[in-house]
Amino acid sequence: MTEPTVRLVNISKSFGEVKSLENVNFEVYPGEVVGLLGDNGAGKSTLIKIITGYHQPDPGGEIYFHGKKVENLTVPKARALGVETVYQEKALADDQSVWRNIFMGREIANRLGFLDIKQMRAVTQRLMTEHMGFTSKAVNPDTPVRTMSGGERQGIAITRALYFEAELIILDEPTMALSLSETRKVLDFIANIPKAGKAGIFIDHNIFHVYPVVDRIVVLDRGRVAGEFRKADVSLEELIDRLYQVARTGRLEAARGGKA
Amino acid sequence: MTAERVSTVAKPGRSPFTLWLRTHALQIGITIVAIGIWGIFAIGSPQTFFRGNIYQAFMSTTPFFGIMALWLTLVVITGEIDLSFPSIMTISMWVFATVMMATGNLAIALALMLLMGLSAGMLNGIIITKVGVPSLVVTIGTSFFWRGMVKVLTGGTGTSLLPTRDTLFYEVFVGRLFGFIPMQMVWMALFAILCWVLLNRHRLGAHIYLTGDNADSARLMGVDVDRTKIVVFGLAGFSAAFAGLVASLEVTYYWPTLGEGYLLNTLSSVFLGGTSVFGGTGTIYGTFVASFIIGAINAGIVAIGMSGFWTELIYGLIIVLSVVTQTIVGRRIK
Repeated sequence: MTEPTVRLVNISKSFGEVKSLENVNFEVYPGEVVGLLGDNGAGKSTLIKIITGYHQPDPGGEIYFHGKKVENLTVPKARALGVETVYQEKALADDQSVWRNIFMGREIANRLGFLDIKQMRAVTQRLMTEHMGFTSKAVNPDTPVRTMSGGERQGIAITRALYFEAELIILDEPTMALSLSETRKVLDFIANIPKAGKAGIFIDHNIFHVYPVVDRIVVLDRGRVAGEFRKADVSLEELIDRLYQVARTGRLEAARGGKA
Repeated sequence: MTAERVSTVAKPGRSPFTLWLRTHALQIGITIVAIGIWGIFAIGSPQTFFRGNIYQAFMSTTPFFGIMALWLTLVVITGEIDLSFPSIMTISMWVFATVMMATGNLAIALALMLLMGLSAGMLNGIIITKVGVPSLVVTIGTSFFWRGMVKVLTGGTGTSLLPTRDTLFYEVFVGRLFGFIPMQMVWMALFAILCWVLLNRHRLGAHIYLTGDNADSARLMGVDVDRTKIVVFGLAGFSAAFAGLVASLEVTYYWPTLGEGYLLNTLSSVFLGGTSVFGGTGTIYGTFVASFIIGAINAGIVAIGMSGFWTELIYGLIIVLSVVTQTIVGRRIK
């Protein structure tokens, strides 16, 4: 049996008095996309920020990548392990050029820290024409991202995640503030993640976006895993009913889905 | 959102040249302002502005705050501010004067002085990032603290720096290159190149821009925002010590009041140079040119026959006008 790309065991996270996550177990296997659902404050963002190394879990929690335990996960460490995240629009630096955004936090530089701008520009130019669909000369790697549309900016965020050989792609409400056709593109992209043998976690408020493109759904409620099932076992209507139930009772009376 | 869409559609006709004009608008602007101000002074007082002496004077006095303004630009680009540098100048210079008197060794005095500046700057950065107090408040506090400490330590009495006279040390920092160019000007030019390279061709600079532009996203993408800020504040402290040294050597005397009077012209150089108060944008070229504009205003006002009392009023006007213009121009570009 293949090891999960990432496995969280017994993860809790408190911010002062507030328990944001309590004893959460969660895993994602290669070739599957997991939809993470839950109300505001359910702990979705905290959970993914633990996987990306932004938050450290409370003592007692364990994180495994491909079966190997990882201690003191940080953002650079997680990225080195192949975790890439597409955040809502906010994860771009607006006044900076496209290439500075693409290479944010992992600039190509020599040992003394001097940048290889030529290479970063060239890679960005290639990504822009091959993956982002920019063909006009008006937009080039030096264009500040502020001048671009919401869809173009999300394209940068997604391309940034893809370029760096991601093993696990996390999408945190990537369709916020996008037009219909732009949303379509993002969803197509997510549906393609398993075909490349990669793993994905998709967070969105909109169940109609999540359901069609995921293989498994995990429902969080008030910091706990309220339920988990495979898409094959539940229709969209049933899922909606159960989510209402979770909102009312905090529990999801569904059989725990099997492992992929 | 729709407005943005329209503007991207309208853009395809743009040539590389107009793009260059757009991205360098602030640098072009400051260059025009500099030429304009020079023109006003040259017409107002040709006998002063068509002779070399005045330029030697500019090159001699501008670096005292210009060096500081260059490094302060990095601080402002990270979205922070440092008001404590005048006090770091004086506490560092106190270290220099004291060590020089005690040991007679200028190299040790220099090293400890720079270390003092670096540590005081990093202390600012650590309080700002690790405790989470806004830099405006922290640096007002440390400003009083260091200035107060100097007052306590010196009782207000200065130290003569005569032992540095006729040494190579003196020549290196404030001598006259080819008998004409003040060495502090050479240092300022070197620092300008260094700052430019760090900001535009080094990972530190990339992280400085990203930190000031969007600290949250920089953090999410693995940029060590706290370390970037601590380094930048450390460099500002280091350069405050350096600027304090050249300013004191020039007059061969350490005044405990050193640095007082540099706050306004340093800040106005940074803001007039086009660095955004909101962080994320700014250029070394802009600050470099702006500090000479600020330096020229002081001399120019007197040369064209206005009273010296006007200088501060005009500095104030410049800060307000440049910040307002930038914000309006910035909104247009968006």
